[in-house]
Amino acid sequence: MLTINNLQAKVEDKDILKGLSLNVKPGEIHAIMGPNGAGKSTLGNVLSGRDGYTVTGGEVLFNGKNILELDAEERAREGLFLAFQYPVEIPGVSNLEFLKASVDAVRKHQDKEPLDSMSFLKLAREKCKAVNLDQNFLKRGVNEGFSGGEKKRNEILQMMMLEPKLCILDETDSGLDIDALQVVAEGVNSQRDPNRSFIIVTHYQRLLDYIVPDFVHVLADGKIVKSGGKELALELEEKGYSWIENGEA
Amino acid sequence: MSEEIEKYIKTEYEAGFVTDIDAETLPPGLNEDVVRFISNKKGEPEWLLEWRLKAFRAWQEMEEPDWAHVHYPEIDFQAISYFSAPKSMEDKPQSLDEVDPELLRTYEKLGIPLHEQAVLAGVANVAVDIVFDSVSLGTTFREKLAESGVIFMPISEAVHVHPELIKKYLGSVVPQKDNYYAALNCAVFSDGSFVYIPKGVRCPMELSTYFRINEENTGQFERTLIIADEGSHVSYLEGCTAPMRDENQLHAAVVELVVLDNAEIKYSTVQNWYPGDAQGKGGIYNFVTKRAIAHNNAKISWTQVETGSAVTWKYPSCILKGDNAVGEFYSVALTNNYQQADTGTKMIHIGKNTKSTIISKGISAGKSQNAYRGLVRMNPSAEGARNFTQCDSLLIGDKCGAHTFPYIESKHPSAIIEHEATTSTVSDDQMFLCQQRGIDPEKAVSMIVNGFCKEVFKELPMEFAVEAGKLLEVSLEGSVG
Repeated sequence: MLTINNLQAKVEDKDILKGLSLNVKPGEIHAIMGPNGAGKSTLGNVLSGRDGYTVTGGEVLFNGKNILELDAEERAREGLFLAFQYPVEIPGVSNLEFLKASVDAVRKHQDKEPLDSMSFLKLAREKCKAVNLDQNFLKRGVNEGFSGGEKKRNEILQMMMLEPKLCILDETDSGLDIDALQVVAEGVNSQRDPNRSFIIVTHYQRLLDYIVPDFVHVLADGKIVKSGGKELALELEEKGYSWIENGEA
Repeated sequence: MSEEIEKYIKTEYEAGFVTDIDAETLPPGLNEDVVRFISNKKGEPEWLLEWRLKAFRAWQEMEEPDWAHVHYPEIDFQAISYFSAPKSMEDKPQSLDEVDPELLRTYEKLGIPLHEQAVLAGVANVAVDIVFDSVSLGTTFREKLAESGVIFMPISEAVHVHPELIKKYLGSVVPQKDNYYAALNCAVFSDGSFVYIPKGVRCPMELSTYFRINEENTGQFERTLIIADEGSHVSYLEGCTAPMRDENQLHAAVVELVVLDNAEIKYSTVQNWYPGDAQGKGGIYNFVTKRAIAHNNAKISWTQVETGSAVTWKYPSCILKGDNAVGEFYSVALTNNYQQADTGTKMIHIGKNTKSTIISKGISAGKSQNAYRGLVRMNPSAEGARNFTQCDSLLIGDKCGAHTFPYIESKHPSAIIEHEATTSTVSDDQMFLCQQRGIDPEKAVSMIVNGFCKEVFKELPMEFAVEAGKLLEVSLEGSVG
């Protein structure tokens, strides 16, 4: 599904990723944990093709394609989805309009006809229900005046509508209360599929109580310094990141 | 803003073709003889010629205003031709069927519905008056409108058919000496639309005038007069385009609306005059005076979508004379490349409990400058008057400018005035969210801009709202960054 080999990237003149390698197979859930400043968010941004990040070395193959050559929207259409840490508001553009433009673009890429308005609306309403968002949210501006939890649920709604192959959750748990956290986790769990993979970037172990990963990796100073099973997260929680950083592990 | 957005800002003007037609055009220059020529050409009565001459003499004494936030080379008023009409219009065709097909094709190309059949088939419920350079080519649906007593005809014709209405109302809202361009218009106006809605009548269809400048070095000076008699209602639409030319052309129109007791006029404009090329060469100078007077319980609503013109100077205004009169102004002004706009409104509250609402959305892209200028005045008589103003600016790129000049004068202690203003940008974060969801950057910008304008678009009649959305898309082409 996704192969990252020795990826190096910088922001402005600062090297952030310093030779990161990771291999994600279909259906797997990988958690990436690490202290602040380790390069966690940079990883999601580089993979999804955001402006302002320069790749200086290494390669990223997504289903065999070198995605570093593609524009952000092309990567998205190939099935790469990034759930944002701080989803931005787009005033006046209704959620429904946004979702339609998005789903139409992805379907077009797959040589599929756009869904007619009625079936689209029906689908959007079903998915709203699944993430506990009132149907009125479809009429409201994208994230406009949404609470933190509503914004995150809206991200999961977008994910469900787009049915991506790889989902990267960038600190989706930040700023969520326990109820919202559960809703988001349920949303993600409902999307688990043998053909869909997840990379869950998080600072805390908390989210992993609800979304159980197959692998846990520790990112420090731009590299993966330790990998293990789900129990590694608990160990980190107990011993703190200094355990890794000080080379005690 | 990132390069991404920059690379998508480029404009293609689709209405920029020239109609090849034999025209009778006055040589450039302006003096009393020109004024007499125009008046004579229209076979006007003596009083109207005198009225024009009075305006012309006043204009000669006036100075061109320079307070607007726009810059352009001095206009040589002697280098402009003040009258141009297709030769084929000399024999005064009785209906659109007799009009030169070449002329009609111009409107087909622009997508203006001129065939009543097509309109009846449900394309749009609109009657159209089409003005080409200095003359009206014809007006559709006149018979149908006449059934309900609605008068909709070229103003040059109304001068002969309804002299009492013209004499009473022409210049009653915008006096001859009102301002420099209005005075010029009074002297040389050539044609335009005249509308009268009788007492208690709700106009059965939308009325529309489509203005087209075709001839080179010609100014267009049209004059529109709409009278809504007591308790009547009308919705009126105005559209305009011009060919792409390297020289600047002058358009100085006057629109007067008279809204009598309990009546309502909804006036919508989609202005798409040629804006000049990407280097700022050519384009229309749009210096327009639009004003409405609202009597007791009357309502006037201006909605404008301004995407064209090299320079815009325009302040559709409401004089809320009667008690409980309501004035509304909804505006989207988009400037790109080197366009400059100084536009806004004036709300003059005279009657008791008068209410006004101003929603202005300015979008600046490229190297353009976009200014909102608005006056809210509460006269000493305006007890209990209220105003709400919301003024939002959206910047695309970092080489453009947005400016807001609100003037507020309150002479009555009970008057309430609210003013809200915001400035925002199409942010990289918004662009990235759209792209990460698979949406093209061009589509993303147009979606974000359309969202920004939503409050204004919902005030437009439906067919127009769709057109306005598309127009924004075209005007923004190449403006992503």
